[in-house]
Amino acid sequence: MSLIKEVDYGTKLATSAVSVTLTIDGEKVTVPQGTSVMAAAMSMGTAIPKLCATDMLDAFGSCRLCLVEIEGRRGTPASCTTPAEEGMVVHTQNARLAKLRKSVMELYISDHPLDCLTCPANGDCELQDMAGVVGLRDVRYGYKGANHLDGAKDETNPYFTFDDSKCIVCSRCVRACEEVQGTFALTIQSRGFDSRVSSGGVDFLASECVSCGACVQACPTASLTEKSIIEMGQPEHSKVTTCAYCGVGCSFKAEMQGERVVRMVPFKDGKANEGHSCVKGRFAYGYATSKDRITKPMIRAAITDPWREVSWDEAFAHAASEFKRIQAKYGRESVGAITSSRCTNEEVFVMQKLVRAGFGNNNVDTCARVCHSPTGYGLKMAFGTSAGTQDFKSVEKADVILLIGANPTDAHPVFASRMKKRLRQGAKLIVADPRRIDLVKSPHVRAAYHLPLLPGSNVAMINALANVVVTEGLVDEAFVRERCDLSEFENWARFIASPENAPEAVEAITGVKAADVRAAARLFATGGNGAIYYGLGVTEHSQGSTMVMGMANLAMATGNLGREGVGINPLRGQNNVQGACDMGSFPHEFSGYRHVSDEATRDLFESLWGVKLDHEPGMRIPNMVDEAVAGGFKGIYVQGEDIAQSDPDTKHVVSGLEAMECVIVQDLFLNETAKYAHVFFPGASFLEKDGTFTNAERRINRVRKVMAPMAGLADWEVTLGFARAIGVPMRYDHPSQIMDEIAQLTPTFHNVSYAKLEELGSVQWPCNDAAPTGTPIMHVDHFVRGKGRFMLTQFVPTQERTGPLFPLLLTTGRILTQYNVGAQTRRTQNNVWHGEDMLEIHPFDAESRGIREGDLVALASRIGEVSLRATITDRVQPGVVYTTFHHPTSGANVVTTDNSDWATNCPEYKVTAVQVRRTNYYSSWQDQDRETSVSLRRIAREAADAAE
Amino acid sequence: MSAASSHDEKLVCMANQIAQYFMSQPHDQAVAGMVDHLRSFWTPKMRRQIMDHAAVGGAGLESLTLEAVQRLAV
Repeated sequence: MSLIKEVDYGTKLATSAVSVTLTIDGEKVTVPQGTSVMAAAMSMGTAIPKLCATDMLDAFGSCRLCLVEIEGRRGTPASCTTPAEEGMVVHTQNARLAKLRKSVMELYISDHPLDCLTCPANGDCELQDMAGVVGLRDVRYGYKGANHLDGAKDETNPYFTFDDSKCIVCSRCVRACEEVQGTFALTIQSRGFDSRVSSGGVDFLASECVSCGACVQACPTASLTEKSIIEMGQPEHSKVTTCAYCGVGCSFKAEMQGERVVRMVPFKDGKANEGHSCVKGRFAYGYATSKDRITKPMIRAAITDPWREVSWDEAFAHAASEFKRIQAKYGRESVGAITSSRCTNEEVFVMQKLVRAGFGNNNVDTCARVCHSPTGYGLKMAFGTSAGTQDFKSVEKADVILLIGANPTDAHPVFASRMKKRLRQGAKLIVADPRRIDLVKSPHVRAAYHLPLLPGSNVAMINALANVVVTEGLVDEAFVRERCDLSEFENWARFIASPENAPEAVEAITGVKAADVRAAARLFATGGNGAIYYGLGVTEHSQGSTMVMGMANLAMATGNLGREGVGINPLRGQNNVQGACDMGSFPHEFSGYRHVSDEATRDLFESLWGVKLDHEPGMRIPNMVDEAVAGGFKGIYVQGEDIAQSDPDTKHVVSGLEAMECVIVQDLFLNETAKYAHVFFPGASFLEKDGTFTNAERRINRVRKVMAPMAGLADWEVTLGFARAIGVPMRYDHPSQIMDEIAQLTPTFHNVSYAKLEELGSVQWPCNDAAPTGTPIMHVDHFVRGKGRFMLTQFVPTQERTGPLFPLLLTTGRILTQYNVGAQTRRTQNNVWHGEDMLEIHPFDAESRGIREGDLVALASRIGEVSLRATITDRVQPGVVYTTFHHPTSGANVVTTDNSDWATNCPEYKVTAVQVRRTNYYSSWQDQDRETSVSLRRIAREAADAAE
Repeated sequence: MSAASSHDEKLVCMANQIAQYFMSQPHDQAVAGMVDHLRSFWTPKMRRQIMDHAAVGGAGLESLTLEAVQRLAV
């Protein structure tokens, strides 16, 4: 195992189908038209010296180090900016070029510190490498002239430093910020000799920088360096793995010293991220070794008892005996489990197998219940499969992007960068969101239309857009005729064309001007490739599933399916939420979305597992909680999920947990749910296990173990241990064997194996005999269900209404630097940017309540009240307030209700009627939570000491 | 209010919500769609509870809901 060094071609490789053949240093080389001479040379193994060029960026041609001679041309052109041409004859090295390059290096080094031995970039410095390559032995100009050696060091960013004295002003960082990240936070200030890299006149922390790390990655010197490198030195080996944050599923090189992570570097060949990253994946991995990690199994008789550390065997035996006792006393249906969207496919698969084959029921659910379950339902109804239709790369061909209820720059930042790149190339953007998210207007990006709809009015909006398409003759009739069920279409067209769905008719519901809706619909229908991207602002509503079907209707009606640049694209929240759903985590489905009542499917599982399986759907998470409160559900095994913080109506969830007799929590930390647990199985981070994650584009990526599990077992081994104690032995020596079983039982995974993943890097399901290398774009010739199905999407107002007591609408979401319940990010330095959840309130609403910036305010709904600080902003519209739920002390879900989507019970997080007022005290729930946070987390010291 | 009656109320509410979706479809199709939905996604116990509730008058159930729930028993 060594350090993975990717080839840097200097400039991007062209993708043209037309080839050109040229001669470089006497050898013929054939490359796609548009390839630079530098990249052509590298493709045959000749590394032309360079400093300002790197293949993550467009060619710049400033350093003058990559000069070459081309026969028949004058001078010495830069190889990075010169395209390879048919018949061209290039010389990359001779005495003249060597002299020129050495002179260039002399100039660079005359203004650069000569502290190479103690420099953090020692061993990974392109400037040092180039000095070696050109044979620099002395600098004729000396070192005493005007220089920048006293340049200041900016250490304000928690993860990297900027050392101005080591900057060679190659602009790679500035270009990375522009071209790769699309934030434009960096610039070159002043001119000539005074030119310096600047983060906009303020320090890095105060700047627009989003800490994606692209500049650090691009820097060829020690000017921009990870603090971990400064502290620890250079890594000695690395492995490619997959980020454990959002559903983009970025590939990273975990660069290591022994079992210590030195840094996480985005992997250029990662198909989801193509070498880019965000602040979470790139830097916020410190939680994995946090002092808060629990590394020993623990049990206790009552939640008021202190935890007692025990051996794995004792924990398994205790948990199994409790579950057996409960089932003997209360019945087979009295226990269940929740799988984790943060765990691997293999770990999720064995969890649901434990439930179905071991508990003998189908009471298994997953956290997708509270996020994208309507996506699964809606897309399956319309197209026949429960997943997004495109790969991420598809956005490069989109002409009009309709972004609904998603905030990619915060929640899916790496994909947002790809989207912004396409927008800078001229694609048009329509944003439908109650808030003015960054993409509405940010540097070099401006939405053509922002439709600031009121929370709860999504379906009215999508119907109005479709109404315009149908009534103004904008339907793609050829597509509909060929690809869709015509009779369903005609029914739908009649419904959608009715006057009640016209933009003018729904204006009072959506709060959006009819003229804007009409214009947006026309743009989407006629602007070329139309692609819909959406997030939880679509699904987390009482009509979440209806809205997903509404979007599918619009895409079919406009012919925007089945090719690149179009499609319905759910932006999934968690790293493996797609995978958790694929693996059979829902109580009504086996892996591959096959209903438990399907006899043929059940036979397949029964014959392999050797047990009779239940043919009836089991309980969803909210059903489990309700049933626990009602007294019939007594035991739950929760894998990597924190329902006491993430699920709505916290008090109800806690009541359910308190009513159970055995709650098992498997997690890295003693999370909020663990306060109510009787058994704690310590979990393993993504760095401590092998497996796979499946991202939002159905891409199955490998997760590779780089360190031993801190608690001794990977999560799949923990589930196997518990299963063994329950009496359901599962025999796997490695997760690859679990994947083999998944492939055997799941048609869409039939050809997936670890060998295939090694060979291809990653693969998008369906991957089977019909698609042996996977399926980037779905529904190309026909829909999975055959003909596309138009569904009627009547708007039904939510039961959650504003009124005199609760006149505002609360909607919730994420912020860039924190993630979900914050269990990971709160244990990193990301807290520098977001140390507490704030309530965004419009200036009008703030003024009428006497609220000033930073005031503590009470946020009250019909079911609960919490206090948090207010921030006044017109990002939200009057009548709407917004907060995040990253910090348990804020208790955002104490306020949200248990209203849910009609089809899937996905909670209606996005619409809660609330009132806001100034206060000077925290709510009684928060006072109680502070107390229980300590009292319910005690670990018996004697036992802990003895276990040491 | 007891936990059990609160639980029933919730089931009534959930069932009516489902009915609201199917209501825009032709009547027979709506009833069949709703029955299929309840069979596909509700546990046998939940179905039994809502059927028991319907059997004693079905307070709070919309007419489509009531019809679908009654059809469940067939």
